[in-house]
Amino acid sequence: MSSAMLELILEATLDTLYMVGVAGLIAAAAGIPLGVLLYVTRPGQILANPVTQKVLAIVTNVGRSIPFIILMVAIIPFTRLIAGSSIGTNAAIVPLTIAAIPFVARLVEGALNEVPPGLIEAAQSMGATPYQIITKVLLPEAKGGIINGMTITVVTLISYSAMAGAVGGGGLGDLGIRYGYNRFDPVVMLITVAILVVMVQGFQSIGDHLVRKADHK
Amino acid sequence: MIRLENVSKTYGSGAHAIQALKHVDLHVPKGSIHGVIGLSGAGKSTLIRCVNLLERPSTGSVQVDGEELTQLNGQSLNHARHQIGMIFQHFNLLASRSVYDNIALPLELVGMSKAAIQERVMPLLDLTGLADKADKYPAELSGGQKQRVAIARALASRPKVLLCDEATSALDPQTTGSILELLKDINQQLGLTILLITHEMEVVKTICHRVGLISDGELVEEADVGDFFTAPKTQLGREFLNNFLELEPPQALVERLEATPNEHSHPVVRLAFGGAAVATPLVSRLARECGVDVSILQAKVESIQGRTLGLMIAELIGDTNDTRKALEYLENHDLKVEVLGHVQRNA
Repeated sequence: MSSAMLELILEATLDTLYMVGVAGLIAAAAGIPLGVLLYVTRPGQILANPVTQKVLAIVTNVGRSIPFIILMVAIIPFTRLIAGSSIGTNAAIVPLTIAAIPFVARLVEGALNEVPPGLIEAAQSMGATPYQIITKVLLPEAKGGIINGMTITVVTLISYSAMAGAVGGGGLGDLGIRYGYNRFDPVVMLITVAILVVMVQGFQSIGDHLVRKADHK
Repeated sequence: MIRLENVSKTYGSGAHAIQALKHVDLHVPKGSIHGVIGLSGAGKSTLIRCVNLLERPSTGSVQVDGEELTQLNGQSLNHARHQIGMIFQHFNLLASRSVYDNIALPLELVGMSKAAIQERVMPLLDLTGLADKADKYPAELSGGQKQRVAIARALASRPKVLLCDEATSALDPQTTGSILELLKDINQQLGLTILLITHEMEVVKTICHRVGLISDGELVEEADVGDFFTAPKTQLGREFLNNFLELEPPQALVERLEATPNEHSHPVVRLAFGGAAVATPLVSRLARECGVDVSILQAKVESIQGRTLGLMIAELIGDTNDTRKALEYLENHDLKVEVLGHVQRNA
């Protein structure tokens, strides 16, 4: 294999990590608060608010029901506004993030749902404010579940990022399709798939390790 | 210290409304341990949650240390809650925090410095016998140890009142005993007022000064514990007591009991006696003074809060006149007499 090809593979790997990393971080920053909001505004919860909860739930569900490839194309004007261009790696990050935020939010909501309600009651009996209940009880107690959710998100983003080639996003999936599939080069195809497998395994192991560290159960 | 007046709580509305509490009046004086006992679904949990407004009463007044809590909201309510500790049946410890950090939580909430927190937490670890467990996590502790952590946590903010929600119901009898001892110590050492709810007479017997009986959302009976255990006023109270004492007549006898006497039957009675009557040689006196024979079917002596309580189920054997005299004699000597029924004389 030529050194030019190796360079291409290396570049594609870094592109994938970059897209997944940035999209994952922004999705966590937006999705975790959204997940918390979805949870605390439920009926009977510490900040129960049926209207807010309903609106958030609908927005989240809509976000999650649009197929990624369609979302990517549909939000091109928005992507151009944010990234300054509708093609390239940076441009691919926008739809990846948009797709991941509601995904993270639902996983976080699910993780919070696992926190025993008695803990919230105990915190209330101590005179904790809703903000204190979120920061001192809900998030720490759900930490393992949230890390688990983020791991699932990152793995999903890796697979979504393969579609980013459609907007010239680069990355391993794009390389695999252009060189491996379109040019019938089974070696490149196999290498890109192998790298993706290793990447997913790696993130899953790191995630599992962090979950074990976070959980004292 | 705690005063509930005319507290009612209704869930839902219209045809689906469920009245969990009905016009409850409750007063717990400073430094006392007050128990509320009742069956599942009687409203115990709702009652205790109304004291710190985890449940907001539909109507009525809730005062703790002279402060009307139902008027409070948000911050002022949170402030008042710092004065009210609470422990729970399932402990409700944070799994993500060590024992030390669990106890520190209520102090973190009020923004206390790390050094000040340590000064508070260390003596509490000693008081609750957890000094060597400070760095453990709840998952590594036994049920009794978890409840000790919860007690230490509830005491950290130096509350005036401690609410115990079925605090020993998830524990085995031996651990229950040690937790009750701890609560008793805390009551005596710190003068802390304790309100507890339970379905276990053992808990009431061991640590309470006064007890209320709740049934279907109503406080149907209230008495000093000694009185409640000698002479409950309600049918439900008697059922709780008899179940606790396991003093029921033998089944074979129950089947032969008749409600009304005739000239060939004699009474079966349940006798409860406290105080001086305990020391009286009762059976032989009945034989001598009334001419009846006493056949003891069951008997036991319990010690409750330093008072001795004797209980007996017996047949009074003699002719109708003599047994009536015997019953009068018993009532005149400060005994609680309950005629369970009459059995036919053996032919």
